[in-house]
Amino acid sequence: MFEHAKKNKTLAVIGALVLTAVVAVPVMAQRDPAYEAARSAGLIGEKPDGYLGYVTSPSPAVKALVEDINIKRKAAYTRKAQETNSTVEQFAFTSGCNLVLRTVPGEKYQTPSGTWQTRDSSAPIRDSRCP
Amino acid sequence: MLYQTSQLTEQTFDAIRLKMRSLSTAGPIFGVLIGLSACVQVSAPDKPIVINLNINIKQEVVYRLDGDAKSLINEEADIF
Repeated sequence: MFEHAKKNKTLAVIGALVLTAVVAVPVMAQRDPAYEAARSAGLIGEKPDGYLGYVTSPSPAVKALVEDINIKRKAAYTRKAQETNSTVEQFAFTSGCNLVLRTVPGEKYQTPSGTWQTRDSSAPIRDSRCP
Repeated sequence: MLYQTSQLTEQTFDAIRLKMRSLSTAGPIFGVLIGLSACVQVSAPDKPIVINLNINIKQEVVYRLDGDAKSLINEEADIF
């Protein structure tokens, strides 16, 4: 009986640790509030090439924010391209397919022809090669 | 009569010489003018020029990378 309680205690500790990890990770990997605000305001949007683009001419703050994210994205694409034996452009484009699809209604995305669209409840206009 | 004829020929030669001289200066000018008029006329296309930068991306590659792309977006959610 004593051993049983001990076992339960250990399980509880492990459970708490797992719960902390699950809760803590998404909090760490959240979007910057300024980035989130620029997205939902439609100042910036997702391009088919896997990078962020300016819908209207950007303020210095928005420009700095987008450039910073795009540099980080390129670094991530480069790393993943090496892992998957593909080119940076190929990996970025595949990510772009997913990122355009993941835009929520009200956010902007760029069509393959280069025009900016506001995402609504219908499927976004994407490149024919997107899965 | 003989003198007159020689003078006439002299005059004719002078005229020819003068004409040749003017031709020799006019020649390059004409050449330039012909050269200019022979320029290839390029008119702007009425349709917008669309440069497809993704021409080297094949659909099969996109399908192969799709899973990795999805996991990257989830892993680094702060930059996506």
